Amino acid sequence: MIEVKNVNKSFSGNQILHDVSIGFKKGEINLIIGASGSGKSVLTKCIVGLHEVDNGSIEYDGRDFTKMNFKERKGIRKEIGMLFQGSALFDSLTVEENIKFPLEMYTKKSQEEIIDRVNFCLQRVNLDNVNHLYPAELSGGMQKRVGIARAIALNPKYLFCDEPNSGLDPQTGIVIDNLIQEITEEYNITTIVVTHDMNSVMETGDHISFIYKGRKWWEGNKHEILKTDNKELCDFVYASRIMQKFRNI
Amino acid sequence: MFYNYLMLSTFHHIGKYFLLLGRVFKKPDNFKLIKKQIISELYSLGIGSLGLIAIISLFMGAVICLQTASNLNNPLLPAYLIGFATRESFILEMAPTVMSLILAGKIGSNIASEIGAMRITEQIDALEIMGVNSASYLIFPKITAAILFIPIIVIYSMVLGALGGFIVSMYSSGFTMEDYIQGLRYDFKVFSIIYALIKTVFFAVAITSIPAYHGYYTRGGALEIGKSSTKSVVYTSIVILIINYVLTQLLLL
Ligand SMILES: Nc1ncnc2c1ncn2[C@@H]1O[C@H](COP(=O)(O)OP(=O)(O)OP(=O)(O)O)[C@@H](O)[C@H]1O
Ligand SMILES: [Mg+2]
Repeated sequence: MIEVKNVNKSFSGNQILHDVSIGFKKGEINLIIGASGSGKSVLTKCIVGLHEVDNGSIEYDGRDFTKMNFKERKGIRKEIGMLFQGSALFDSLTVEENIKFPLEMYTKKSQEEIIDRVNFCLQRVNLDNVNHLYPAELSGGMQKRVGIARAIALNPKYLFCDEPNSGLDPQTGIVIDNLIQEITEEYNITTIVVTHDMNSVMETGDHISFIYKGRKWWEGNKHEILKTDNKELCDFVYASRIMQKFRNI
Repeated sequence: MFYNYLMLSTFHHIGKYFLLLGRVFKKPDNFKLIKKQIISELYSLGIGSLGLIAIISLFMGAVICLQTASNLNNPLLPAYLIGFATRESFILEMAPTVMSLILAGKIGSNIASEIGAMRITEQIDALEIMGVNSASYLIFPKITAAILFIPIIVIYSMVLGALGGFIVSMYSSGFTMEDYIQGLRYDFKVFSIIYALIKTVFFAVAITSIPAYHGYYTRGGALEIGKSSTKSVVYTSIVILIINYVLTQLLLL
């Protein structure tokens, strides 16, 4: 459970987030949706502490992240796995070394155990025979999956995915969505997924927060979202013709 | 107004630079990983520069020797002055300062674009998320490798510069190899080399840390990586020249 309370964030006078409060539940996929530039990535980066919030609090199971010093934060960060919008794999390291990285940093496991864990994580995201390739040699979807494998290497309690299926074909996108859902339920973790893909919203949206111009505009689930009469949300949801048709049925 | 702005932004950057250095020299999280990084940096920064430095040193040694010879055609001046002048200019300035300026271009732009690319593709954020002190993990090994390796490159450049002059002396009619060698050995002071190496250590820190700073705070896209890399070479060169002046004043006088 992660609770974001009254968070404001501005960059050199330009306010991006306005008084955002959201609760993210454990064992569920919590979606953050919104138009491009609405502040979704900034919000996730504030939650994990890559951006310092101006005010407000962020609690990880009751532990207030904003009030922690560097060392205490490090403790929490070991419990966080994150998939970045651009995968952010280390491009000087092979796939295997990428996934090994957090393991070597934080565990005292033997080299064999580490390799076992790496292979387990890769299998979990349906990849094999890629151990010794470099990120540049993988397709975008494979990079995303390696990103997920790296994010789950340390068995995180909290998983953040920034647009896990952007730039992928719908089929691969759904594979990744399902993967994230499985992992979330299997390990009972708090998962936050940023997306602007209506496919994933309808597929995995148990809990959806809609961000509009840096404010939390609406909160609900995938059934409620179809019945909403909130104008900005409707504009977002029914932007595509196919969704408009869907609405008329 | 403009002047005020310039002063403010200069102080802003200097302050931010030293804050970054403060993070770089924090106790590392994992010595084993850092050691591995230092070794790989030694290889990529050091070994990768040997060829370029060899070519430049040989040719510069040869040209300095030729120019001194062509300017010393007064029969009253002893021929060994040619070797002496080549040696002195190489040990005091060519090897430490000029080679450092060249390395600032080669290594510096490389570091700025590598770290800049890691910044804009969120790899630095990924390190931070894993609880890694990214400044220390990325920059400390580079500074350490440079401090260990650039002095060696400088000595190597001194030897090759002298060799360049020697090759000229083999084929030159104006003076003999014996004159040249006598010149190389004439009034040799070990302190000159120590002075050169002290300078080099400071240059090594500048060559790695300034580009690292520019790369680390890159914002935007691919275009900005290029800009960071250019800026870092310009500032590193200026800083090298200033350090050179200050240290020469302090050490030689
Ligand atoms: N480091 C930063 N400094 C200044 N402004 C920033 C910074 N990061 C983001 N912004 C601004 O914050 C706003 C929201 O950006 P953000 O990346 O959160 O959008 P987003 O909702 O994730 O969009 P997308 O769906 O395109 O990824 C943008 O207007 C952007 O210019
Ligand atoms: Mg984004």
